[in-house]
Amino acid sequence: MTQQVSAKEPTAEQIAEQHIYQQMGVSESEYELICEFMGRKPNYTEIGVFSVMWSEHCAYKNSKPLLRRFPTTGPRVLMGPGEGAGIVDIGDNQAVVFKIESHNHPSAVEPFQGAATGVGGIIRDIFSMGARPIATLNSLRFGKLESDRVKYLFEHVVSGIAGYGNCIGIPTVGGEVVFDESYEGNPLVNAMCVGLIDHDKIQRGVAKGVGNPVFYVGPPTGRDGIHGATFASIELSEESEANRTAVQVGDPFMEKLVMESCLELIDSGIVLGIQDMGAAGLTCSSAEMASKAGNGLELYLDQVPQREEGMTPYEMMLSESQERMLFVVEPKDEAQAQEIFDRWGVICAKVGKVTDDGRLKLLHRGEVVGDMPVTALVDECPVYDKPSSVPAYYVNNERIDTLRYDEVTDLGGALKQILGSPTVASKAWVYDQYDYMVRTSTAVRPGSDAAVVTVNGTRKGLAMTTDCNGRYVYLDPEVGGKIAVSEAARNIVCTGAEPLAITDNLNFGNPEKPEIFWQMEQAVDGMAEACRELNTPVIGGNVSLYNENAGGSIYPTPVVGMVGLVHDIDHITTQAFKNEGDTILLLGDTKAELGGSEFQTILHGVAEGRPPALDLQVEKKLLASVLGAIQSGLVQSAHDLSEGGLSVAVAESCISGGVGAQVHIETDLRSDFALFSESQSRILLSATPEKAEQLKNYIEGHGVPVVNIGTVGGSNLVLDINGKNALNESVEALKQVWKDAIPCLMK
Amino acid sequence: MKFAVLVFPGSNCDIDCYKAVEEIGESVDYVWHTATDLSAYDCILVPGGFSYGDYLRCGAISRFAPVMAEVAKAAEQGKFILGICNGFQILTEAGLLPGALRRNESMKFRCHDTVLKVVNNETPFTREYAKNEEVIIPIAHGEGNYYCDEETLEALRLNNQIVFTYGDNPNGSIADIAGICNERGNVIGMMPHPERAVNTLFGSEDGKRMFTSILKSWRDSHDTASIS
Repeated sequence: MTQQVSAKEPTAEQIAEQHIYQQMGVSESEYELICEFMGRKPNYTEIGVFSVMWSEHCAYKNSKPLLRRFPTTGPRVLMGPGEGAGIVDIGDNQAVVFKIESHNHPSAVEPFQGAATGVGGIIRDIFSMGARPIATLNSLRFGKLESDRVKYLFEHVVSGIAGYGNCIGIPTVGGEVVFDESYEGNPLVNAMCVGLIDHDKIQRGVAKGVGNPVFYVGPPTGRDGIHGATFASIELSEESEANRTAVQVGDPFMEKLVMESCLELIDSGIVLGIQDMGAAGLTCSSAEMASKAGNGLELYLDQVPQREEGMTPYEMMLSESQERMLFVVEPKDEAQAQEIFDRWGVICAKVGKVTDDGRLKLLHRGEVVGDMPVTALVDECPVYDKPSSVPAYYVNNERIDTLRYDEVTDLGGALKQILGSPTVASKAWVYDQYDYMVRTSTAVRPGSDAAVVTVNGTRKGLAMTTDCNGRYVYLDPEVGGKIAVSEAARNIVCTGAEPLAITDNLNFGNPEKPEIFWQMEQAVDGMAEACRELNTPVIGGNVSLYNENAGGSIYPTPVVGMVGLVHDIDHITTQAFKNEGDTILLLGDTKAELGGSEFQTILHGVAEGRPPALDLQVEKKLLASVLGAIQSGLVQSAHDLSEGGLSVAVAESCISGGVGAQVHIETDLRSDFALFSESQSRILLSATPEKAEQLKNYIEGHGVPVVNIGTVGGSNLVLDINGKNALNESVEALKQVWKDAIPCLMK
Repeated sequence: MKFAVLVFPGSNCDIDCYKAVEEIGESVDYVWHTATDLSAYDCILVPGGFSYGDYLRCGAISRFAPVMAEVAKAAEQGKFILGICNGFQILTEAGLLPGALRRNESMKFRCHDTVLKVVNNETPFTREYAKNEEVIIPIAHGEGNYYCDEETLEALRLNNQIVFTYGDNPNGSIADIAGICNERGNVIGMMPHPERAVNTLFGSEDGKRMFTSILKSWRDSHDTASIS
């Protein structure tokens, strides 16, 4: 059998002569470098291992220089990028652990399993740190919700996320879904998980202590997901469908058992190091654990639980079968560990040993089938400073006058059109398929600015959101990057929480194209500056490149996942108007900024010009004033102004509150600009009549522009501009349009 | 009074049930699916989740767990047994309640608040509600479409075994049924989650009275027992 299998595999010589490494995404120069580190030509298993370790997905070879530009430290940061997930202190010896990760390419060819395993993978990242996962979120992008293909992808991605999260019993509490033709054929599926941990329980993925045994936990290894990391690091093409075997299959029930047993194991205090097997499976987890401890590792592949007969070392090392973990304990604690997994009915097998020679050595059927230096695998992948150049569209866009469009006079009709566009419309069709309540800690459910999950046994809560407007980022990556971070912070603050930190998912096209690399650089610079100014360091994240389709690259979409701390549950605030008679205040300046707006796209069919400007100093003041006002008990509702501008924000507060509003605006702007401009750093607040004046003074005291624009009440949204009625729609009618849009399209 | 919350592999509303009992200040234990003695408990909660992954028919494997023989025994003894969501599915599979739960008519998982009507407020689980009172209790299930044959439905009606009905049927359940009890009234199964509705911070507290009803019922029977 061994003979037969290895006969099928090319020899080291054949790999070199026929350049077989190229099929694995290894370049000529990289191959030469690998031979140098090895001191010989690698065999098939070894080149396979190198190819996944040196893929963009694992090595960040194209993005590392950019990632170094992010601020990653802060007084609250307990662990920054590098481990499974970042960790931030929230007081009382507790900390929050979170990370976002993409599963874009798998979801493009096999949406259900692609999305499901994306959720499973990010949950493992969280509990492998020792944390109890308490919530997940997601950020999804699809093409226009018109073609059967897009509907198929949308439907199955959502049910894949639901299928996994619901079964494992972790609430899916928030996220965003955006539809735009730029994502046609290359949807984005980013999943985020948030966990809680006590400081003294924090784990690291290290293979400590020479001679200690290495254990494999989870279901047997199969032939699924082979070369998943490589697959994630190339452009999708016609042939991608044939790569469905590169997509893994998820089993949330198994993950539930693995999670509970691993958390119990960690709780017992005997674990020296633990890591999940994510991208590049056994290869990546073993190499990284050895590298972090400065040790080597021997793996006995015959001991690896196998789902199929006759699996080769190559297949075992590269499989991305799901729900698997690797951990190290001292020999004396083996029996205790084994007892825990036996009780949970989870497979646990001793598959290796920590060594002192700094090598990853693979043994199979009495032979050494792989022997590689750990540092070469983990640290020596070349890092590329890609050439970058300003794209022509960006230069041309500067000249475009985004105010040249004919005036839209049917403002009520325009509002309905925007409320009924799938990107702005109610996402209840999506989140009603997610169990967002399990664990009974969800204080703010999906659909408000950010979700809030309470911390059991305390007065604290955690606010969480994912945000990115890819259209803004496309039009001006630097400004768009700043806006992504700022909007996330605004959403967090609007729920009554202090922004803590972010995790980012950089979704871009092919970085080998200079125009794409320019987008990456600019966006990262913008995000980094915003993170510095708003004191929200980047504690981890993920990079997904080569997101391209027949029409070119997707919109650059650096998704921001932000978590904030609600200091007291009494501060929790939602966007819904609360009581008739409450006063409505608008914070921030409205300018004629239509570039990249929903109004521009939906009413005028284009995405052009420059996006709205953003001044971080103004943003900072706005955030501080609103958070302070909420914490002082002055605010009834808070809602950030984003897609669709003022009119959509007021409509959403009316719809979610089930009540109308009378709004009066004084402005020099044309009416349609005033209502639909997407000027940044604006928030809508409401307050009881008794507290309205105090609230206004408080906001003004922070140097933030604020105007009283009306009153909550009635059953209609009535909007006057300069004393003249501009819009008068029943809230029920607006709600119907907003609520029915996606269900109608999906029928 | 002492509550047990059963834990099957894949149960995930076990902690929520546990917290709900804590909320009313009573004593509660998690009891593993392999347990063979439930004599210490007065009320057994069979929680929601995806026991054994529910890859087969929901609850079809759990009914064979060792603890289920003890649940049947407890039912026989007249102890209070409340099956919620997956717990309801398990109780029907175990034959402790009639009927079956099928895929939702929409073929989709649904999670949201629902308005329930308390049809029978004379059970030990619902006595703190008014008859026909409308309460808000959330659902979260993919297979909550209750079905039984005409004969069984007629019997359910005659014996007053329909405990809750939906105001706006979310899953296609026959006769809008959201929860039923056995003839004796000591075993109840329901798809909505009362344990998720015990605190207004998380939505509704309309479910709390189910737990206080159980407590009251137990106290009454306990007092009567000690007097006689």
